Amino acid sequence: MSGRFIGRKVLQLVPVLFAVSALSFLLLNLLPGDPTVAILGPSATTEARVRLRHELHLDRPLVTRYVHWVGQTATGDLGKSYVSGQPTTEALRQRLPVTLELLALSQLLALVLAVPLALLAARRPGALLDRVSTSAAFGFLAVPNFMLGVLLVYLFAVRFRFFPATGYTALTENPASNLRSLVLPSFTLGVAELAVYLRLLRSDLIATLAQDYIAMAKAKGLPAWQVLLRHALRPSTFSLVTVAGLNLGRLVGGAFVVEYLFSLPGIGALTVESIFKRDYVVVQGTVLLVAVGYVLANFLVDLLYGILDPRVRHVRAAH
Amino acid sequence: MSELLTEAAAVSAGGSAEDVAARRKLPVLFWVSLGWLVLVAVLAVVAGVLPLPRPTETGAGPARMGPSAQHWLGTDSLGRDMLSRTIYGARVSLLVGFTSIAAGLLVGGTIGVLAGYYRGRFETVAMGAMDVLLAFPSLVFALALVSFLGPRLSTVILAIGVLSVAPIARVVRASTLTFAQREFVLAARTVGAKNRRIIVSEILPNVVPAALSFALVAVAVAIVAEGALSFLGLSVAAPTATWGSMINEGRTLLQEAPHISFVPSAAMFLTVLALNFAGDALQARFDVREGRL
Repeated sequence: MSGRFIGRKVLQLVPVLFAVSALSFLLLNLLPGDPTVAILGPSATTEARVRLRHELHLDRPLVTRYVHWVGQTATGDLGKSYVSGQPTTEALRQRLPVTLELLALSQLLALVLAVPLALLAARRPGALLDRVSTSAAFGFLAVPNFMLGVLLVYLFAVRFRFFPATGYTALTENPASNLRSLVLPSFTLGVAELAVYLRLLRSDLIATLAQDYIAMAKAKGLPAWQVLLRHALRPSTFSLVTVAGLNLGRLVGGAFVVEYLFSLPGIGALTVESIFKRDYVVVQGTVLLVAVGYVLANFLVDLLYGILDPRVRHVRAAH
Repeated sequence: MSELLTEAAAVSAGGSAEDVAARRKLPVLFWVSLGWLVLVAVLAVVAGVLPLPRPTETGAGPARMGPSAQHWLGTDSLGRDMLSRTIYGARVSLLVGFTSIAAGLLVGGTIGVLAGYYRGRFETVAMGAMDVLLAFPSLVFALALVSFLGPRLSTVILAIGVLSVAPIARVVRASTLTFAQREFVLAARTVGAKNRRIIVSEILPNVVPAALSFALVAVAVAIVAEGALSFLGLSVAAPTATWGSMINEGRTLLQEAPHISFVPSAAMFLTVLALNFAGDALQARFDVREGRL
């Protein structure tokens, strides 16, 4: 991949990162009234409030504060919780692996199920399997994850006690029960992705299969599965990668809900807990982490297009 | 939600090419969906005069009771009437869904039309700004905005409305682009029509139907977003009934009274499904495309 392609993408990244960090920074300014009262509660002494005002540099102009805050953030200092006293970065480091594992498992689950289903469906469009899977996908798209999660808990934890309804075991502690505790959460999170990927890959596969070179491959007498897997699949995955990248944002948002629902100690649960404890500095930290992570993930996906489809490097140059 | 909307546009753009015949006539499913939506909307509007217990009245019946003649959809853990709560919950969902998307249409639609019509530097700047908005993971953005501004109906509407601006602007711009190059626009310009007039009487009548059909799907996404926020306890405060908070309240009682979660779930599911069906049918008809990335 050419250096210029990467360079241009990096240049596009700068304003986005600026906007994302500025928005996260400004969150504290959205607090109604005096932010020190909002953070410390109405019973705090004037002295404590003055100290916090100074610690958060609220007595300085906005731009100075932003520059200072970015500098601190760059050195890995995201402030500390005013409820527990724990540094935000430490809390994030503890919680991040859980969220990452959840995201990875649900994305994996969605892709592992979507690709074979789409291949089977695209092989005979309009056949029973195709119609069933397409309409099921449409239905699943209308099921919000919090609703699906509750339904799955009801079916698989309350009715039939296959999986735990809540709770989490660390991977290092016991891999088997770690996976068991993540089955329902990753399924809850992954099903909507599965539906989207299935629909997308199916329609792209059908379009690819109508191309001349596929007819050529068939005419050469290649077996049907080889045409599907070796000739049709890769050129059809373009939109899939695009959407899988875009979906990361929704997955992260969904992870917040799913972690809360299943009491998984991830970033999302940390954010929701912190919101209820009015621990705004921690919320600001998680929002920044998630937003920057999302932007970087999308950046990587952008680079990935370039590898998958060399045309992008040139066609998109004009864009 | 913005990425959801982008993808909704991408998915339906892919599907719309499939059956040309369906474009001519709206399918039966469209009318069934519309019927459900009208029913929910009417119930939500006339909720105050229906012969039902107040949604916040505890002990309207025995707690955690399944459906019965007195309480058609049963009662919740505090003995509140589930039918009443579900109907009042529809008020919040529909209010948030439609007002936030209406605001998004107004702002995003204006940006999209202007960017698609005038092109040039305005387009570059405006669409760049939209890309930045889309760069934020949406539910997290809404969560942050609502929690820092304070969870209220107005902040929820604001947060979801802001999030809907970018995807709507993109769709409207793409649609404007195609119409701005058509011969009737050229004709209007040749006879001396001013830009403002061309936009109002040539472009808008063509762009509005497409934008509205996309907006229906957007309303569904907005309702789900509000549901997620209220499920997390970050929407309108209790004891006001919202579908999301009702689902959350029933979560600990799945063993003995699963209907407490299931009733609002069903209401939300059907409403979202109906909006998707109706929006998809209209999009196929008006051929909405989002100049795919």
